[in-house]
Amino acid sequence: MSAPPPARRRWDGISFEERMATVDFRVGARAHIAVDADVCRSCTTKACVTACPANLFAPTADGGILFNYEECFECGTCYMVCNSEGALTWTYPDGGHGVVFHHG
Amino acid sequence: MPEVLTFDAVVVGAGPAGAAAALALARAGRSVVLVERGPFPGAKNVYGGVVYGRVLDDIVPNWWEEVPVERWVVRRSTMMMTGTQSLSVDFRTDAWGSAPYNGMTTLRSHFDAWLAGKATGAGARLVASTVATGLVRDGAGRVVGVRTDRDGAELHAPVVIACDGVNSFLAKEAGLLPRAEASHHTLGVKEVLDLPHGAINERFGVQDHEGVDMEILGCTREIPGGGFLYTNADTVSIGVVVSLPQLAASGVRPEELVADLKAHPTIAPLLRGSSLREYAAHLIPEGGYDTMPALASDGMLVAGDAGAMTLAAGLWLEGVNFAIGSGYAAGRAADRALAAGDCSARGLASYRTDLESQFVLADHKRLRKAPSLVLSDRVQQRYPGLLCDLAEGMFTVTNPTPKAGGLKLTRAAAARYGVSLRQLATDTVRGLRIFG
Ligand SMILES: Cc1cc2nc3c(=O)[nH]c(=O)nc-3n(C[C@H](O)[C@H](O)[C@H](O)COP(=O)(O)OP(=O)(O)OC[C@H]3O[C@@H](n4cnc5c(N)ncnc54)[C@H](O)[C@@H]3O)c2cc1C
Ligand code: SF4
Ligand code: SF4
Repeated sequence: MSAPPPARRRWDGISFEERMATVDFRVGARAHIAVDADVCRSCTTKACVTACPANLFAPTADGGILFNYEECFECGTCYMVCNSEGALTWTYPDGGHGVVFHHG
Repeated sequence: MPEVLTFDAVVVGAGPAGAAAALALARAGRSVVLVERGPFPGAKNVYGGVVYGRVLDDIVPNWWEEVPVERWVVRRSTMMMTGTQSLSVDFRTDAWGSAPYNGMTTLRSHFDAWLAGKATGAGARLVASTVATGLVRDGAGRVVGVRTDRDGAELHAPVVIACDGVNSFLAKEAGLLPRAEASHHTLGVKEVLDLPHGAINERFGVQDHEGVDMEILGCTREIPGGGFLYTNADTVSIGVVVSLPQLAASGVRPEELVADLKAHPTIAPLLRGSSLREYAAHLIPEGGYDTMPALASDGMLVAGDAGAMTLAAGLWLEGVNFAIGSGYAAGRAADRALAAGDCSARGLASYRTDLESQFVLADHKRLRKAPSLVLSDRVQQRYPGLLCDLAEGMFTVTNPTPKAGGLKLTRAAAARYGVSLRQLATDTVRGLRIFG
């Protein structure tokens, strides 16, 4: 059993959930990013946990990663900072799906 | 067999580069398809907030009469800050407040859609909600089209222009872009905050549709980067741009840096009472001229961020103008190659020569050393504090103790931040050489 993600902190009075709730996501049925938690278990940097602006990588008690693709900015940060070959399978969501920025 | 549609040219990505490329080709009478993965042009795109529009002068006559603008930038301010101090160089001119203007704040869902509309108006065919999933090559290895995720349909053409942005999987597949290197990229995180039009005018000292552009150094803790604050009509855009590997190693969450900046004593009063409208993030290619890939291969050209043509070195955050300039040049080069019946790398080579002669590559070449200076430890970690201390020393009235001289104050501030006067002088000369 993996532990629940740690409580997300509030900066400037806005919780992370509130921050993400301002973004329009047209979630597709296909997970466009997949994480191989077995590879992550031997990762010492956990760079994705700090850098993902959508905070989608949650470390689990057993050293793995819990990932949910639904609220993703499709920015590319995670695959760029991850230096473990094979940990991430990264594609764009199917056409028309995923994030829609209105004030980008 | 998947469905195959054939055109004179396929342009991937309806950002500013792709829209400009499709516009050039459509105007030349070519059949061109513009493929965009978002539901509309601009839906996937995030930037800070200012488009320097003069690049449009030759492309859309009197563009300022129709472009979807938030505010015309008449004030540009560069701020150095520490946790408790700030020092600004603030420039304002009426010259930027009337046609042809200098910079405008605009939102990408408006601007990109407008420019793509110019292309479709000239006859380009926009296919949105469609991902180009890979290249189609002929037996000789030349690029002859793209595959899409629309039931595997293929779009074929003698030339493909990759305007697919910073992650450009097409340029990587073609071997033009190397494997992504985190150290050549920065992450931008931005918040758009609601603030009434009148409050913006009062707090930022502007009127009507005038706007302000602020670039900030010293607001990203130990992570190399910078901040920005731009005024829109009735929102403001605030955010930070930070080095990817150092962000990842820092343990500091990106939204925490934005929250820090919003809480800074100089910034907080400007934002009081505002509320969050939209949170966003996007990468920037930041290696500068020296990391730019080859821009042409057999059957393919690369433009805009896909070719790393962003100038993002602290005081500069420009990319839309380079994207438009390079995209339009790519479209014209593709038209010439089609006319000559030679879309090989050699036939497309006039693209690079054209860019070298324009601002696109000239600016990048001139500022090629800028990223390493602006992101250097001294400029990032020491100079903001040093200059703020110097200003504090100059402006603090200490009588009855007599005022200290400028040199003495400089020496003291420099010593406090571990910088020698010699280093200071060398960096000043270096800065003048790069930027002057
Ligand atoms: C935080 C931040 C602040 C910035 N501030 C400024 C600023 O103030 N001023 C400025 O001029 N520049 C700024 N820039 C840089 C500027 O945003 C970029 O240089 C510019 O957007 C590049 O345009 P482009 O057309 O090359 O790429 P993009 O605008 O990224 O467009 C690429 C397009 O291709 C589409 N696409 C990608 N892959 C595919 C595919 N496989 N199939 C179909 N479609 C695809 C995308 O959806 C997108 O619409 C900033 C950037 C960031 C991140
Ligand atoms: S995704 Fe990469 S960086 Fe993140 S934990 Fe797994 S291996 Fe480490
Ligand atoms: S693409 Fe960006 S937002 Fe999406 S998971 Fe990766 S880092 Fe997070």
